[in-house]
Amino acid sequence: MKECTRCKTGRAVVKRPKTAEMMCKPCFYHVFEEEIHQTIVDNKLFKAGDRVAIAASGGKDSTVLAEVMTTLNQRYNYGLDLFLLSVDEGITGYRDDSLETVKRNQEQYKIPLKIVSYEELYGWTMDAIVAKIGLKNNCTFCGVFRRQALDRGAMLLKADKIVTGHNADDIAETVLLNLLRGDISRLTRCTSITTGTEDALPRMKPFKYTYEKEIVMYAYFKKLDYFSTECIYSPNAYRGYARNFLKDLEAIRPSSIIGENLHIQQETLSKIPEQGKCSRCNYISSNPVCKACILLDSLNRGMPKIEIADEGEKVEKEVVPTSVHKTINF
Amino acid sequence: MRLSIEFSGGLELLFGKKKQHSVEVDKKEIVLRDLLQWIKENLLKERPELFLSQQTVRPGILVLINDCDWELMGGLDYKVEDKDELVFISTLHGG
Ligand SMILES: [Zn+2]
Ligand SMILES: [Zn+2]
Repeated sequence: MKECTRCKTGRAVVKRPKTAEMMCKPCFYHVFEEEIHQTIVDNKLFKAGDRVAIAASGGKDSTVLAEVMTTLNQRYNYGLDLFLLSVDEGITGYRDDSLETVKRNQEQYKIPLKIVSYEELYGWTMDAIVAKIGLKNNCTFCGVFRRQALDRGAMLLKADKIVTGHNADDIAETVLLNLLRGDISRLTRCTSITTGTEDALPRMKPFKYTYEKEIVMYAYFKKLDYFSTECIYSPNAYRGYARNFLKDLEAIRPSSIIGENLHIQQETLSKIPEQGKCSRCNYISSNPVCKACILLDSLNRGMPKIEIADEGEKVEKEVVPTSVHKTINF
Repeated sequence: MRLSIEFSGGLELLFGKKKQHSVEVDKKEIVLRDLLQWIKENLLKERPELFLSQQTVRPGILVLINDCDWELMGGLDYKVEDKDELVFISTLHGG
């Protein structure tokens, strides 16, 4: 049995990945929550009176986020109005089950829950999209639609900000994928703790410096109720390999996960397109028509076989629809 | 020896969707390294590469021994004892 390196009395139950400190349960909860509080304070993520939508999928990260945001909001009197916001992609046997978890979170944390569905926003469920286009580009549709759906749901809640459960491991993975894609524009944005400040709602990542291992340990020790089944439509092998690669690196040198420090040359930055608005649905877009509207148009016209790179930048150039069959309702 | 073994965080999918396993291991002494092989041979139903990689658990799987991080218990060299409770949690699924 090992002794806690912080209080010197408790039984150590967790070894922290970055510092290798050994901690007892109470000390671990304390440092875990305090580090997130410190991240929130240092980066001035919130101000009193903010209405904050917690993007809640029912998975481990967002469940721990709901728990920690509720705890810190009370402990430090942030004065935030918290909401749970979930997106129902319309995936039978996956999202319907995880939404049950979010509904239980709503009762546990006494935070109002808003669910927005692809069906109500776009007229298509993911089940219907997959039935139509198969399993090739479905994740692209889902990714583009989810991003907008969260913003639209947050606007319905009159939220000022959205917080997401992206952790240090997730961000390292996104850095790697953007690097492999050569997507300089996303590479520069993806490590910021706050994104989308221009026109869309600001999105905050309070777990930016939090290791996945600690999130899962916290959820386990606190017996939090979370859902952990992989999306039935997302084998996503490419991302999976990137993730394995990073986990292997992390096993050897844990700090590699946080070590991202990107300096992109100014010259490159100037080429990044300006953000404007979609002429159809008014959502922010660097092109005249946003990705979601283009994807919807291709679905509604029954010509889904466009070449779409994952989260592709190519989409806009390839299909520029001339007529509107369905616009996004909200 | 009698052991309680739990798989969660999506890992249960590799073990016939069963989370809790109460097992009798016909050994007087066994270290965790060898128990992993025993689990692979006796409990694992599919895709062993998603559970083990190079004689240890795949990176991204957390292991707890009697509710304690296995990294504090000697890891693979831990001498398993009768009535131990082992928990394997995947961190690789869902967010
Ligand atoms: Zn302690
Ligand atoms: Zn649009």
